[in-house]
Amino acid sequence: MPAFLAAIRDAHPLLFDYALSPALKILVLLFAGILPAIAYLTLAERKILGYMQSRVGPNRVGPWGLLQPIADVAKLLVKEDVIPEQSVRWAFILAPCLVVGPALVIFAVIPIGPPAASPTGLNLFIADVNVALLYVIAVATIGVYGLILGGWASNSKFSLMGGLRSAAQMISYEVPQGLALVGPLILAGTLSLVGIVEAQRDAKVWYLFPQFIAFFIYVVSGVAESNRNPFDLPEAESELVAGFHTEYSGMRWALFFLGEYANMIVISAMATTLFLGGWLRPFPSVAWLHFLDFPFLPAGLVGVFWFVAKLTVFLFAYIWFRGTFPRYRFDQLMDLGWKWLIPLALLNLFFTGLVKLLVKG
Amino acid sequence: MSETSVPGEPPRDTLFDLREMEVNLGPQHPATHGVLRLKVKLDGERIVDCYPIIGYLHRGTEKLFELHPFFQNVPHTDRMDYVAAATNNLAYVGAVEKLLGLTVPPRARYIRTILAELQRISSHLLWLATHAIDIGAMTPFFYTFREREEILDLFEDYCGARLTLNCMRPGGQPYDLPAGWVEKCAAFVDKFPAKVDEYEELLTENRIWKRRTVGIGVLEPEVAIDYGITGPMLRGSGVAFDLRKALPYEAYGEVEFDVPVGKNGDTYDRYLVRMEEMRQANRIVRQCLDKLPEGPLMAKRPRVVRGAADAEVYHGIEGPKGEIGFYIVGDGTTNPYRCHVRPPSFINLQVVPAMVQGALIADLIAVIGTTDIVLGEVDR
Repeated sequence: MPAFLAAIRDAHPLLFDYALSPALKILVLLFAGILPAIAYLTLAERKILGYMQSRVGPNRVGPWGLLQPIADVAKLLVKEDVIPEQSVRWAFILAPCLVVGPALVIFAVIPIGPPAASPTGLNLFIADVNVALLYVIAVATIGVYGLILGGWASNSKFSLMGGLRSAAQMISYEVPQGLALVGPLILAGTLSLVGIVEAQRDAKVWYLFPQFIAFFIYVVSGVAESNRNPFDLPEAESELVAGFHTEYSGMRWALFFLGEYANMIVISAMATTLFLGGWLRPFPSVAWLHFLDFPFLPAGLVGVFWFVAKLTVFLFAYIWFRGTFPRYRFDQLMDLGWKWLIPLALLNLFFTGLVKLLVKG
Repeated sequence: MSETSVPGEPPRDTLFDLREMEVNLGPQHPATHGVLRLKVKLDGERIVDCYPIIGYLHRGTEKLFELHPFFQNVPHTDRMDYVAAATNNLAYVGAVEKLLGLTVPPRARYIRTILAELQRISSHLLWLATHAIDIGAMTPFFYTFREREEILDLFEDYCGARLTLNCMRPGGQPYDLPAGWVEKCAAFVDKFPAKVDEYEELLTENRIWKRRTVGIGVLEPEVAIDYGITGPMLRGSGVAFDLRKALPYEAYGEVEFDVPVGKNGDTYDRYLVRMEEMRQANRIVRQCLDKLPEGPLMAKRPRVVRGAADAEVYHGIEGPKGEIGFYIVGDGTTNPYRCHVRPPSFINLQVVPAMVQGALIADLIAVIGTTDIVLGEVDR
């Protein structure tokens, strides 16, 4: 920690703990973490899809196309800002913000690394909220308003249909997703995300193994929640032109995509935290795998490394799905959600609770 | 929304607007394969009514035929089904040859058969690419275009053009196969079946693909025959009618191939039929390359030809999309008096509203894809 920060901390501990430190972390996480991650996720997607599809993807801007996201952002920022005459202006402007905001706000509670070893050290999360899981579910739900509002405010038929589709889809899939989250919650006995990761360390097993059904349900409904292939119906370009964002262009349009990619990262990060042991190394209980902790490096850095590595696996899977699957039809999507995932999630919940009762009993 | 009083509509007596939503799919729409416009009446996502509106690509091709001599009309045919120019050429030159009584030498017949079957493969590849991307599977598009490129390269080597080939003349072929062409084509033919396996691996047993296509857009054989449907659409419904077998032309009587048929007449069966047709077309090309006879390329024909005053001919062939036929009337001059085209796309398109009655809007997209229309041919 730089000397001047330490000086401030010593002089005004309250100010430092509750205002300065979170603000600095948010700035760093946002501008050095999430936004570049989103930008380069788009590049990764185009590159990986390219190699899956026997082509090379972007390779003109910078070496290996590495400056492509920057060029894209620059282009989108200087594009004309079109607001259709027939649209409901305030809602049209508000909608993209409603998609992006909640997606970014969730990062506040996601632990990307272990808490500090000493009380004065650096916690690798912005806040360890004791109701973090509820907070995530609550905030994630707000995003759907953005899509509906955008679809409705555009005053275009395709947008409206896309908005309605996304409303139905996201509400349907929030139920199994929420139920799937209860599994790890029962096992860990805490709503705090840091607490859940620590519970996995103490249980000596990632919750992926005892909760594989919940994991499966969470991943499937997570893909549906983020409107990604094979559940990308709200923006099915062959059916609804571009769905809810048909009328959007320029940076507003980009905000919707920012939201979508941020959601992908959020959902992957939540899956990592709840089921794959967050910042823990693989098989944290197996002693001879201790070298995976890279003992010569600071523990925080290693934690972040494992967290990002696990996150990457999910993000790669997202892109892989897009390269592989056709799109579900609307009614089939509802079938899958209500007839399969929700009953399965309830069953899983029942058995998890039963086992927990018997073991503790 | 501001649609409170629409003239001709009954006044609203409820709080909610209960009228169906009318949506124009096209003429600018990602899934209408050109400039097809569908006026769709929707009840939620369910289609109440669908009405295709065509003519956005009308160029008066049939009239153009009357303005040029018989031999100079071949390029017009390229621009109808612009992804299957060779079969259009073949149908037109066949009709002119019938009108003038020309006999095509064997080598030219074999070359035509090879070109027509390569064109069938490339047309089906394009169909598969767009059909898959309409249903949301993105990757087959790039795989099929990779192989389609190679076919277009073969065309380019033969006649210099890739799409608008203009590669046949009434009476025979304008050029011989260039040196090394047979080997290049054989190399493609050898590896192509494995490529079809690759596409099938992505789609055929894919659960989502099956749910999107099995039982969707069912076309009963009787309905198909009533509408005059031909080609893979008809065979998907289980009717084994293929002009290559029924009325063999060019070299089709001398090669072996099977005519795949479907059972249920749904989108999935039509998909399977077309996949198998690609393999069979490949088989035909292989046999033609092996049997390719030597000899002249062009029949003896007068420098200036005139269609007899009362001559009327119709010649139809099995194009990639169905029966493509030309009906030509002569009036004793060097130009056709009338040239009418039987375009498979136009006729197959007519059945779309019947196929999507009560279906969902996503099914409509699948059905447009499975119909495999090219608007250049629908509108001419």
